[in-house]
Amino acid sequence: MRTLTPGGTSKNPDTPAADSNAGKRFKKQGFWRTALQQRYLYLMSLPFVIWAFVFSYLPLWGWTMAFQDFKPGRGFFEQEWVGFEHFVQLFQDDRFYLALRNTLAMSVLGLLVGFVIPIIFAMLLNELRGMIFKRFVQTVSYLPHFVSWVVVAGLVTKMLSTQGGAINDLLLGLHLINEPIQFMAKGEWFWYIVTASDVWKEMGWNTIIYLAAITGIDPELYEASRVDGASRYRQMWHITLPGIRTTISVLFIMQIGHLLQIGFEKQFLLGNNLVQEYSQVLELYALQYGLQMGRFSYGTAISIFNSVVSVILLFTVNGIFKRISKESIM
Amino acid sequence: MAAPKAFNATRGDKVFDIANIVLMSLVLIVTLYPFLNVLAISLNESGDTVRGGITIFPRVFTFENYQQIFQYEGLVRGLWVSIARTVIGTLFGLISASMLAYTLSRPDFQARKFTSTFLVVTMYVSGGLIPVYILFRDLDLLGTFWVYVLPTVVNAFNVIVIRSFMDGLPYALQESAKLDGANDFTIFWKIILPLCKPVLATIALFLAVGQWNSWFDTYLYNGRHPEWTTLQFELMKVLQSTQQGGSGQMVNANDMASKMQNISPESIKMAITIVVTVPILIVYPFLQKYFVSGMTLGAVKS
Repeated sequence: MRTLTPGGTSKNPDTPAADSNAGKRFKKQGFWRTALQQRYLYLMSLPFVIWAFVFSYLPLWGWTMAFQDFKPGRGFFEQEWVGFEHFVQLFQDDRFYLALRNTLAMSVLGLLVGFVIPIIFAMLLNELRGMIFKRFVQTVSYLPHFVSWVVVAGLVTKMLSTQGGAINDLLLGLHLINEPIQFMAKGEWFWYIVTASDVWKEMGWNTIIYLAAITGIDPELYEASRVDGASRYRQMWHITLPGIRTTISVLFIMQIGHLLQIGFEKQFLLGNNLVQEYSQVLELYALQYGLQMGRFSYGTAISIFNSVVSVILLFTVNGIFKRISKESIM
Repeated sequence: MAAPKAFNATRGDKVFDIANIVLMSLVLIVTLYPFLNVLAISLNESGDTVRGGITIFPRVFTFENYQQIFQYEGLVRGLWVSIARTVIGTLFGLISASMLAYTLSRPDFQARKFTSTFLVVTMYVSGGLIPVYILFRDLDLLGTFWVYVLPTVVNAFNVIVIRSFMDGLPYALQESAKLDGANDFTIFWKIILPLCKPVLATIALFLAVGQWNSWFDTYLYNGRHPEWTTLQFELMKVLQSTQQGGSGQMVNANDMASKMQNISPESIKMAITIVVTVPILIVYPFLQKYFVSGMTLGAVKS
């Protein structure tokens, strides 16, 4: 779900006619009278709006903590204000740069690999001729998406285990290695293990939107190209791929916006003390050096940094994209 | 689009097809093997498993591992908490998302623009770990069951998906009901909602899977309250405790493994993994048609 929230781009596809009608009615009747008439609509939305305010907007108020020397138990006006001190501290901490490096490394890897593979997979699925086989592959490929990261981390650890793990057994069987590799203990492998796990989990799920986009391509294009003697490979390259170009670019921008928000579940669950130098991401850093040490203000400063960079990235990429293609997603 | 019919298939095309089928079969194996392997080990006698070499069939078949883990009360309680949060969380989420979606699908609703913007913002802005933690503490949610279900009640993405579906329903249905004197809630409940079954099934699946799979909220808010730990959290503890070094934070030795001397931690892990996975495995293939169209509804609108 995290990677797929483009629904937000489609705010209010209003029908202008309906809107102007509603506008006219407001003026005729007056605001309060309409409000009274729509009391059931208000009853159905207002409680949840308040709910969203409490759980999504109130935490934003907590951002003030980053500029205080926050002590739990004190009221808001009794807190000591320290300005940007926590940010200065943050930017002087080596572990912060390590966490930033790891976050960027894993998100860029995820973006490159995790973005391209579902596109290829969707195009290959589309080329499968046996409908039953195609269905089966699709259904199976959705499975890992529904399984929790706890389970996936368990499976990955099991497969990479030195005691009867499938990967080591396979490599030993092929005589490519002489003794089992301790995958989970090798820091420099960690980024790739996380990326591969992510691809394994979400590859099938991420094809859904591409497959839907492929459905929208005019079948006559394929027929015409076949008459011209285009091979299947050329059809994929010259018809299918251009046909889903817009979908690809929209999803790409959405991904960039989440570049720093790669989550931390996989790193938390797959990581261990031996690989910490490579597994520590920003959010885990906030968790360990902020929350678990009781340094609430410091941890909040990390979260703010994360959010601000994400927003800047999203707007920058959207701006560049707008220049190039005259399309915008926001 | 269905795959093109094979008219004048060239040799290159045939090679392509065969290579494609081989590749896809490989994808199938890579996806399914870990699950089958874990299943086989969970059904294999624990002492025999230690010898290694189990692939996708158990060598010495037994239900012993499952009998053992279900004697551990932490797991059974975790199972109940997980079921409760899944049922209640899904119900709350469905009610809120469908009601909000309906009010947003009504072009004449005064507060529509405001509500819509208000919700969309929540998709992009989040307070972050610590402000949320402090808020939950102030609301006295820490150490309670409600910390699982209350924060996730309103979800903008779900609202948008349902609303996109409702926009596709003919408006005339509502107008005729209105002429008959039905109020807005009755229209929603009696006319719109029954038509939304496919999209509601999709959202129910998303909500249920999210609730069932979540473990970090247990770790963060209820880690020290064993009465509210969930199944996923119990599995996480078992997995982390025997992994090399653990994850740094999870130093507390796992009491489940120590209580069951006669089966190996390996077998315990595998059996719990299966218990956690099976409910999802049973449900999702039947809802495939729905979630595929649901995802498409949520995404293609732009």
